Amino acid sequence: MNVADIRWILPEILLAAVAVVLLVVELFTPRDNKRLIGTLALAGLVPVFASILTLLGDVGALGSGVRVFGDTFTVDAFALYFKLIAVVAAAFVILISLDYFPGRTPHVNETYLMILFTTFGLLLMASASELIMILIAIEFVSLTSYLLAGYLKTNAKSNEAGVKYFLYGAATTGVMAYGLSLLYGITGATSLYDIGAKLGQGGALSFVAVAMTLAGLGFKISMVPFHQWAPDVYEGAPTPITAFFSVGPKAAGFAILVRMLTTAVPVEAVNWPVVLAALSALTMTVGNLFALQQRNIKRMLAYSSIAHAGYMLMALAVLPSAWAQTGLLIYVLAYLFTNLGAFTVAILASANVRSDDIPDYAGLSQRSAVTAAAMTLFMLSLTGVPPTAGFFGKFYLFAGAIDGGFLWLAAVAAINSVVSLYYYVGVIRAMYLMPAKVETPLAEPAGLRVGLWVAGVATLAIGVLPQPFVLFVESARRLIVGN
Amino acid sequence: MSILSITLFLPLLGVVALMFIPRDNSRLVRQVTMVFAVLTFLASLMIVPGFDFSTRAIQMIEQASWIPSIGIQYKVGVDGMSLTLVIMTTLLTILSLIYSYRVEDRVKEYNLLFLLLEVGMIGAFLALDFFLFYIFFELTLVPMYFLIGIWGGPRKEYAAIKFFLYTLVGSLAMLLAILLLYFNLPADARTFDVLKITELRPLAGKGLIAALAFWGFFLSFAIKVPMFPFHTWLPDAHVEAPTAGSVILAAVLLKLGTYGFIRFSLPIFPDMFAQFAPIVTVLAVIGIVYGALVAMAQTDMKKLVAYSSVNHMGYVMLAIAAAASAYNRPELADAAATALNGATLNMLAHGVITGALFLIVGVIYDDRTHTRGVNDFGGLWAILPKYGAIAITAMFASLGLPGLMGFVAEFLIFVGSFAILPVPTAIAALGIVINAAFFLWTIQRVFLGPSNPKWLSLPDVTPREMWALAPLILLMIVFGVYPKPLIDIINLTSVQVVSLLK
Repeated sequence: MNVADIRWILPEILLAAVAVVLLVVELFTPRDNKRLIGTLALAGLVPVFASILTLLGDVGALGSGVRVFGDTFTVDAFALYFKLIAVVAAAFVILISLDYFPGRTPHVNETYLMILFTTFGLLLMASASELIMILIAIEFVSLTSYLLAGYLKTNAKSNEAGVKYFLYGAATTGVMAYGLSLLYGITGATSLYDIGAKLGQGGALSFVAVAMTLAGLGFKISMVPFHQWAPDVYEGAPTPITAFFSVGPKAAGFAILVRMLTTAVPVEAVNWPVVLAALSALTMTVGNLFALQQRNIKRMLAYSSIAHAGYMLMALAVLPSAWAQTGLLIYVLAYLFTNLGAFTVAILASANVRSDDIPDYAGLSQRSAVTAAAMTLFMLSLTGVPPTAGFFGKFYLFAGAIDGGFLWLAAVAAINSVVSLYYYVGVIRAMYLMPAKVETPLAEPAGLRVGLWVAGVATLAIGVLPQPFVLFVESARRLIVGN
Repeated sequence: MSILSITLFLPLLGVVALMFIPRDNSRLVRQVTMVFAVLTFLASLMIVPGFDFSTRAIQMIEQASWIPSIGIQYKVGVDGMSLTLVIMTTLLTILSLIYSYRVEDRVKEYNLLFLLLEVGMIGAFLALDFFLFYIFFELTLVPMYFLIGIWGGPRKEYAAIKFFLYTLVGSLAMLLAILLLYFNLPADARTFDVLKITELRPLAGKGLIAALAFWGFFLSFAIKVPMFPFHTWLPDAHVEAPTAGSVILAAVLLKLGTYGFIRFSLPIFPDMFAQFAPIVTVLAVIGIVYGALVAMAQTDMKKLVAYSSVNHMGYVMLAIAAAASAYNRPELADAAATALNGATLNMLAHGVITGALFLIVGVIYDDRTHTRGVNDFGGLWAILPKYGAIAITAMFASLGLPGLMGFVAEFLIFVGSFAILPVPTAIAALGIVINAAFFLWTIQRVFLGPSNPKWLSLPDVTPREMWALAPLILLMIVFGVYPKPLIDIINLTSVQVVSLLK
């Protein structure tokens, strides 16, 4: 181990330091000061963000990523891209939490620390390139997530969410650990790079190993048939935390999946494109069909997030296609802002109408034109109607599927998009077409308003002027180690 | 920035301007909207002086880099067909807005959506990049969804979502077809440029993939037109939409379908279109006869006009199918060009006439009687002389009376199509007869005979309504008597498209 390699984990070190220091500061913070820790956590994410950008510059200058600490940790542009996503998601979620937790729990300040620790795990996930490291990173994220899901102690649904998440996570992680041990048994190696070199022609056992590994990762990205936890957890968890789950761990799960598939599992060993194409079609269809029946916005967004995992899996099925790789990265970015925006509106609305039921959004457009317009934008983006980020991402994914020879999969995704329009428009319908019960303007706390604007502008910008985003993503994609 | 881009973005500027006006100031909202609509109309007229009438190809092209990483550009241009359609769009937007001065509910949103809709319509007619076209094509959906959903009739929510879902199915099929075209270009020449793709025809001779792409485009445009059996969204959307929404829907949005067939399907897939032309022909003829028969059975005037649209757009599709059948048959080129002239002219004529008919139904329904049952009236001409004259003129134009705009268009369609597809054209002529029958019958039931005493005190057309209707009636007569200038412009495109059918 080279001591100089430590600079490649600077973001992780910084984030851990911020979290630990805040843990101490929190001890001396008076109970009634509900804002200090949240604000400090936000500020603490700035140097983390900056250090990731610096590393991105270094990797770009090197022209390739680096593997450090005996191949356990890979720092390439791809990993750094997902770290940026994780940090942005965390910052956004802390921002929209500032007005959510006070009044719901006496332990407001600890929430932000838990979010920071989860983010630390997400950073590890983005870089993990060795079986033990992968397992530890995933477990780290899972444990803090269980706590966050059940954070509202006095709320029965939140408790249910925490327990369900835990039971489901424990089971799937167990299966995955078994799969990883099989991979080790077959190849005698734990580094993804060595496994990739030694897996060779594979055989039935490596298929089983990969399938079992998929269970654990499928749980993180809410892939069918490992998705059943999502609706209850999404509904029960505190809404900002749900927003976090829907983008943070999901994106990181995709990062690990891409890294494993591209480096450790040669297509000759296990014919995963066909398997993933089938899972993709299944995931998007199941997600959309169940989403159709939901009244509760959080449950609807839960099933919607399952459907979107299906769209993103489409890219994995055709990973050799440059379009699919770029498409996945753009889609993650688009989904990040769109979904966070949608949850921001959900928080804002529930603070005003005291309900998460979509019919209770009736007449919202008359109470806040900006909020309703932004929500419309997010719903259209989730459907994939131009000119929004979601459309551009979907455009790329469709192109990737066709480029990779999976026209049928693109067609299935297109049909699914039409189905999804129905329930996304349900929200628009409530806001604009149904009469308002009261006409008083919505109360819009500053944090939520900032979040709304950031998400709205980003959703529109990626849709209308995608070129800078494409350039950025392309550079990240080209620098995947081994690509 | 060329005049094309100015025309395209003026309404968008209007949308931005409206955002800064407080929503309780309805007066100012209406005035600002009207200013931008008139400016857009003037801008669209200003395209004409720069238009070179000696060139058949698309001209006044303006392009700018947009997403160069994947070969997407902002590229717009006009030819005879798109020029006339754009001017019709900007004019009808003004007339619809004039009529919409009566809308009192959520005025700001209404006007904002109308201008946004105009951007989408103009953009779709001008775009010369498939990605750009797709965005504008879709951009028309959302405002129309709201126009129907918020200001529509009793079943507005159902009609609005049905419209949205149907059109989105088609759009996504087209998106996949566009991508098929793109990925079948040579790797170093991949582009979404419509003109380059038209020139290179990446799917020529590619069998199944070409067929799939053709049907992808077909589905999208056929739903938009709408062709039988994809028309079921239309009666709902038209009947439930507010009057101005119906006008724009019928006059402009349906034309996006036929425009797409002529601009994209014919030149890019001439071989596939020729191969499948019999199917398209049969669907067109069914649409003509079925549309007319169903229209005849209606007692709701708005529904009657809606189904007559299925019939009229059927003529356009018949002409397009005829032109497609002339693929590789140079001896039929003249007939094909005539058919396409008729098709494009009928797109304009249907826009003007059916736009007027929806306004006419609106005039009697919205502010006066709140009923539009054909049997609820009688002798209306005696009570409302001005209204009766206008309505009867428009209905005569719609049934194809010589001397009015609809006749010229249908005549050209039949002359051109008959030389290529004699039997289907002969059957389609049946549609003309039925069409004439139900419009005459409607005139008789509504405007002639003994007056219904209930309506004796109805006021005649107000100046606002007159301003909305008179220009359309004038156009019907002017281009019915002297269609030459219009045909001269349209002919440029028709000859150009026919020259590509080999």
